[in-house]
Amino acid sequence: MDIRLTGISHRYGATEVMRDISLDIPSGRIMCVVGPSGCGKSTLLRIIGGLEQPTEGLAEQIGAPPDGCLNPLTFVFQDFALLPWRTVRGNISLVLEDHGIGTAAAGAIVEDVLARTNLSDFADALPKQLSGGMKQRVAIARALAVRPAVMLLDEPLSALDSQTRELLMDDLIGLWTRAPFTAVYVTHNLAEAVRLGHSVVVLSRRPGQIREIVEIDMPLKARSHGDPALEARQRRLWSLMREEARAADAELIDV
Amino acid sequence: MSETGTEGQKPVPFRGGGFAPGARRGVGIIVFVLLIGLIEWGTRIGIISPLTLPRPSDVAETFVQLYQTGLLWKHLLPSLSRLVIGAALGASVGIGVGILIGLFSYIRAGLVPVVAALFPIPKIAILPLFVIWFGIDEGSKYALIAFGTFTPTVVATYGAVDNVDRTLIRMGQSFGLTWLSIVRKIVLPGAMPGILSGLRISLAIAIILLVAAEMLGAEYGIGAYILEAGSLYDLERLFAGVTILSVLGVLLSFLIGRLERYLLSWRV
Repeated sequence: MDIRLTGISHRYGATEVMRDISLDIPSGRIMCVVGPSGCGKSTLLRIIGGLEQPTEGLAEQIGAPPDGCLNPLTFVFQDFALLPWRTVRGNISLVLEDHGIGTAAAGAIVEDVLARTNLSDFADALPKQLSGGMKQRVAIARALAVRPAVMLLDEPLSALDSQTRELLMDDLIGLWTRAPFTAVYVTHNLAEAVRLGHSVVVLSRRPGQIREIVEIDMPLKARSHGDPALEARQRRLWSLMREEARAADAELIDV
Repeated sequence: MSETGTEGQKPVPFRGGGFAPGARRGVGIIVFVLLIGLIEWGTRIGIISPLTLPRPSDVAETFVQLYQTGLLWKHLLPSLSRLVIGAALGASVGIGVGILIGLFSYIRAGLVPVVAALFPIPKIAILPLFVIWFGIDEGSKYALIAFGTFTPTVVATYGAVDNVDRTLIRMGQSFGLTWLSIVRKIVLPGAMPGILSGLRISLAIAIILLVAAEMLGAEYGIGAYILEAGSLYDLERLFAGVTILSVLGVLLSFLIGRLERYLLSWRV
């Protein structure tokens, strides 16, 4: 299943957040979206996921989601969004409860995603007992449980420290290598973008417009921390963004 | 400065303490004992005249008599049933309405002013009205207590619903949960801390209203007992009755504390 965005513009009151964004998101690849703060990248993701309606333009799904897919467009949030009163297992089973699959089948799915994210030992822990990295692993496991056609990751690693971020990037790459998924990955971290993105969409500052789409051909598996080719890409992205980021930083926010 | 002599050396002064009250076992009981001991001592040596305060030992004696004659249960049981039925009615309707106000714009716009108008009405003032509406029997007493617990519960509940983390609700929507699932599994548990702390206040109000409810046409009941003692200026009995209400309040607060520990064990 592909996603196509046509002429998306969005305004909050008088503030124009993004202007005329058209984009094709092909399946089986990770597309990163980077841009200075306030450029509407998270809003764009929420529009793709149907949590927000664009002022103008159209977001479309092309083709049917694959068989067994319970929730085609599935989010992973920056602040994890785990229910604090449910255990790890309970948080994952939550999203299976409304889909009319049997308890046994749901249990099997939960065990499977727990195993894939190395969380089996933590199944009965409450979120308050987990570190930030573990919480985000639970959120990723929860997203995998509904067999999404497209994963929408909204700055998933931004609330974590840099070591944990490295570990989780390895996890994501491992998950993708074993079973490629389609993902839109919003981040402000260029290092994450060049490690995880098959393509990187650079947005300008508000109103967000597509400045450039950078393709990165190197297979995900071959990318590593501090790779010179990736660093060159990252420098190029930064040169694209630098002025925008500086200008965005100096802007007054009127909310 | 760079010399390592003892001259000018001193430990960094600590200034980070305080502002963190913790649990101190038994202090509450000691304060109670001291206070009652002081009154006992004062009444015995005559500093406190028996017209202003009864002697605690006399109050205790009255209480023992009350227990021995079996009158205690005769007064306590009807009061408890009024309290339980009235408070349960008021609290459950209050929680229901509060959740509706928290979820629907029109209900909120329509009912919040109504609740704000009802809240400050002294329930005692409209007691005669309740008698006409619900009869002089138990009905009016249930209604009065229910009405008194209803308004604070509504206010606490919709405040609690407002405070439920919106990202959790968006998460539920993004996973395609049904509306009912979101309310049952996300909104309600998320609002539970606020609802329970509201319940603390509304149940205390229910106990206060118990006396008011028993002002009219109640032969038995702690409230009736207190009112009778008050009109006869029988301080020992008055204080025995008041003590029962206090103990009831402490007991209810303890039970809610237990409930909180059980329901909210997930809290950090």
